[in-house]
Amino acid sequence: MATKTASTAVGISSSKIIPLSMTALLGLFVVGFVGFSHMEVVHNAAHDSRHSFAFPCH
Amino acid sequence: MSLFRNIVFTAVIAGLLSGLLLTVMQSFSTVPLILQAESYENAGGGEVGHSHSHEAAPAGNAATPADHHPDEEAWMPADGFERFIYTAAADMLAAIGFGLILIAVSEAQGGLKGWRSGLMFGIAGFLTVSLAPGLGLPPELPGMPAAELGPRQVWWISTAVCTAAGLGLLAYTRSAVFAALAIVLLIAPHIVGAPLPPGHETAVPLELYARFVNAVYATNLVFWAVLGALAGMIRERFRAGEEITARSDGEFVSR
Repeated sequence: MATKTASTAVGISSSKIIPLSMTALLGLFVVGFVGFSHMEVVHNAAHDSRHSFAFPCH
Repeated sequence: MSLFRNIVFTAVIAGLLSGLLLTVMQSFSTVPLILQAESYENAGGGEVGHSHSHEAAPAGNAATPADHHPDEEAWMPADGFERFIYTAAADMLAAIGFGLILIAVSEAQGGLKGWRSGLMFGIAGFLTVSLAPGLGLPPELPGMPAAELGPRQVWWISTAVCTAAGLGLLAYTRSAVFAALAIVLLIAPHIVGAPLPPGHETAVPLELYARFVNAVYATNLVFWAVLGALAGMIRERFRAGEEITARSDGEFVSR
């Protein structure tokens, strides 16, 4: 089972690794911008959202 | 490229809908408590916390520690409808971002097969992003003491990454070594410990805070469940044009 999982992981990585990592990076960038950006304006706009997501705030 | 396009499309639809639902839930649960806490924050003078009142920002300037908010004049949305709109936009954007990550991770494990597997990933997302970081850094109301922002963000992100890796190892490997490693990854951030505030005095009543913490976990659990289930449902319908190899890979590890 473990070897099966490992072999599929290798198979996936060859064909999908670029689109999947692009997708994940885009998602991390969006979440980082909304939830972790230190820009005062972004913080103020997303203030209630950040508190309600329990992101570290202020 | 069609894989990237399909994932983005799925994440945008699932994120918009679940983010909208989250905003509606928040406007009945967490946001009124935030507004209430801000009124205590103003009354308490804000010497331990920070002033983030949207009504009294210019007036509260003098009582605000300068190191926390060097630029208190920065733009903020006006209370009421404008503030709601920005909260909704932030919720939906964050939901789309979480959706992109969720689908990308699930694709690497064979892809979502309908709402049920999406729901499982959604619950894992809740554990990773809400519950595990919340064990060390509970949801905060405005006006509550907290450690420096930078170290808290670092701890939060590290905890989320460790928890995601731990859950992934538990779900997708079968060896005892990996299971032990997973448990270490799940526990380690909490042994290291989150950055603690210097003191605990706050003008915000404990009862208000308890209700807020409950509301945050309840709304986030529903949000993640809906985001995951929607992502699974929509993802299943939009696989057109993706490589045949990718599809057979997906079926290989389906469970």
